[in-house]
Amino acid sequence: MSQWVIRGLRTGVKSTRYPRVEETAAGTSPGLPVSTALSSDLAQSLVAHCPVDALHPSITGVDVSLRQCIHCFRCVRATNNPMDWKGGYEWATAASDRNEKGTRFGPAFSRSVHILVVDAGDCGACLNEVKQLNNPYYNMHRLGFFLTPTPRHADVLLVVGALTDHMRLPLRKAYDAMPTPKRVVAAGACALSGGIFGQSFMCAGGVGEFLPVDVEVPGNPPPPLAILHGLLVAVGRKPTAGSHHGPGGPAENGSG
Amino acid sequence: MPAELRELVQEAQARWTSRVGLSLDGADGTACQMECEPSELPEICNWLFSDRHYSFGGLVVEQRTRWELRYAFYGSEASWVHVVTYLSDAGDRFPSISGLVHAADWHEREAEDLFGLVFEGHPRLGDFVLHNDVWQDGVTPMRKTFDGRKPVTHRAPDLNWKPRRIVEETGAFAMPVGPVHSTATAPVYFQLETVGEDVIRAQPRLFYAYRGLEKIAEGRRADDVLLIAERISGTSAFAHSLALCQGVERLCHVEVPQRAASLRVFLAELERLRHHVAAIAGVCESTGLAVAAAHAAILEEDLLRISGSLTGHRYLFGLNAFGGLSTDFDDAACGRGAAAVAQVAEKLTVLQGMLSASSSFLDRLEEVGIVSFANARDFGLVGPIARASGLSRDLRKAQPYCGYDAIKFEVPQESEGDGYARLRLLFREAEQSARIVSAITRDLPAGRFRIPETDLRQGAALGWVEAPGGAALHWIRLGEEGRVERYRIITPSFANWHGFRLAAESFAFQDFPIILATFALSVHENDR
Ligand code: SF4
Repeated sequence: MSQWVIRGLRTGVKSTRYPRVEETAAGTSPGLPVSTALSSDLAQSLVAHCPVDALHPSITGVDVSLRQCIHCFRCVRATNNPMDWKGGYEWATAASDRNEKGTRFGPAFSRSVHILVVDAGDCGACLNEVKQLNNPYYNMHRLGFFLTPTPRHADVLLVVGALTDHMRLPLRKAYDAMPTPKRVVAAGACALSGGIFGQSFMCAGGVGEFLPVDVEVPGNPPPPLAILHGLLVAVGRKPTAGSHHGPGGPAENGSG
Repeated sequence: MPAELRELVQEAQARWTSRVGLSLDGADGTACQMECEPSELPEICNWLFSDRHYSFGGLVVEQRTRWELRYAFYGSEASWVHVVTYLSDAGDRFPSISGLVHAADWHEREAEDLFGLVFEGHPRLGDFVLHNDVWQDGVTPMRKTFDGRKPVTHRAPDLNWKPRRIVEETGAFAMPVGPVHSTATAPVYFQLETVGEDVIRAQPRLFYAYRGLEKIAEGRRADDVLLIAERISGTSAFAHSLALCQGVERLCHVEVPQRAASLRVFLAELERLRHHVAAIAGVCESTGLAVAAAHAAILEEDLLRISGSLTGHRYLFGLNAFGGLSTDFDDAACGRGAAAVAQVAEKLTVLQGMLSASSSFLDRLEEVGIVSFANARDFGLVGPIARASGLSRDLRKAQPYCGYDAIKFEVPQESEGDGYARLRLLFREAEQSARIVSAITRDLPAGRFRIPETDLRQGAALGWVEAPGGAALHWIRLGEEGRVERYRIITPSFANWHGFRLAAESFAFQDFPIILATFALSVHENDR
């Protein structure tokens, strides 16, 4: 057994220092398109590139609705007048009017927090990014976040996926079984708007109609740091993206 | 024409003369189509599967002016055989072939559920893709008359619904697990029926993540369907988008530039490596070996970051495009990526060495969850799972694409078919992938990364890849204006979930999570 101890010690500390210090390692986030200034002709043709109606002409150019964006890169690669693209990962916004100011949610969540993850029908990428939160790089235990398999112990419900008809009942049962107060974090374009799956005979087009979502994390999939930011927002330990007037501010809540 | 196929055609001509319409399709003579009456299906398919040892790829059902059923088989050399049968739109009864070709079992169940076809003689149709506690009877979403864009009225939820129990024995106990279970797992339900410690039946109930992808693809533009292909299984996104691209490119007679083909191999192997490393992490975790699991998880994240910094996306979304790739990469950047991959591979070798010296770990894997060669063949298992049981078919060798025939690599094989054989196989395949990555980046061909415009033609074609989990087949039919008429997605997880219970049954209850981890199955890839 000692070989494992030695190996473990030799590996050293891998964990990110986020949220105390910004994480800048390459490949931790795909970034996202941001509002871009363009002439109205160019804006029109750019909008047509988006397969999920995430782009909208604005007075100054093109706006992007991050709830829809599926990271297809068409608006940057398939055109000569691409959208501006920005790195970072603090994308989470508070979706419900209960917390529009991005202020603290209250003292109930100030200590360790148990999180129930429900995959309501995604492609597996969001779920895999959630799993990464437990790897040594992100090591969310250090922040007092723990995944729990049982709704009875859960403070936060973290939902990924477009909500298939088959997952409605299990999701409802999980939510109802959680004690109050509780928070719902929806992560990924599919959970927010249905993503590429949209609304169909099998998909509800997101979980918002079905559950009171408190925090929305855009991305397809959102990288682990974005999900971590969403969790920190949900427990009042980080302000929302909107409060910096960064991408995905409250201005676009409710669009789409 | 490959010798294997020539021989097969001769025998088929002699044997079936007037009963089968034989035609050689495909410019390179690599596909043979055998048209027959529905009543001849079982005999012909059985001949291919049992006598000629062709692998059963899958069943494609199409509702055109009449029903068209296509059973795709492939041999060990570059040869596909499609057995095709027709029936007027008014009928809906076909003979089941799964009594003889057991690999077709779930394909028939799926077609029964989604198209409302009847497979006479199939022993176990019923609750499958469309859950019986949710859907009203008689809904057949894959029929052309069904509008897939509208929501459907379901049954009122029945909180007491349970799947049928099979084991009747004193002391028998049914343990329900799922669909929300453990921490951060995909939705699947198991009814584990035990007597004492042993699991007697372990039938999974899947399709909680059924997103109806084949249906919602219909009527959409082909390049939008490419986005759906990427999201069949996010952890095998590149493989599936490649399969679709190759189908469309075959249909439209597009020759992909050499640089694009090489970059595709590079990315596909990077994805395979990451997939296998994640699977290894899962196995370590299932046995409670926390330090090893953490090490493997570090390597998985390393690979995600390598993918992310090279391509912009950690899961390689948005890269495949008809005619090549959506963007080019700098040769030097690819070289740096390959060097980083080589470091990961080195650490993986160290991890393997340490694991193989941990006897308490090996005790949990050796002679646990055994799948025999015969079972693997009968159930049509694919990929690493099949190869760990001695069934070595790999589409990169059997049906080469992207220039894999010019690349030197091994297809590892093990024979025990137990958990440890599957784990060793993952390590060995990961090593091969890392080698391909470094070899291919050493001399990337110069030139274009994409054919600028692909003229979409009407018609249908099959695209295939060896995805990380095994053989993936995509049948694509395009209609007017490049709109998709039919998109059939056959995935390795669908084949392997079918055989999973073989490994789990008759082993102890506490081995179940470990056996599950050694299969490294994707629920999303299965459910679609
Ligand atoms: S990256 Fe997002 S905004 Fe841009 S085209 Fe794709 S989905 Fe639309």
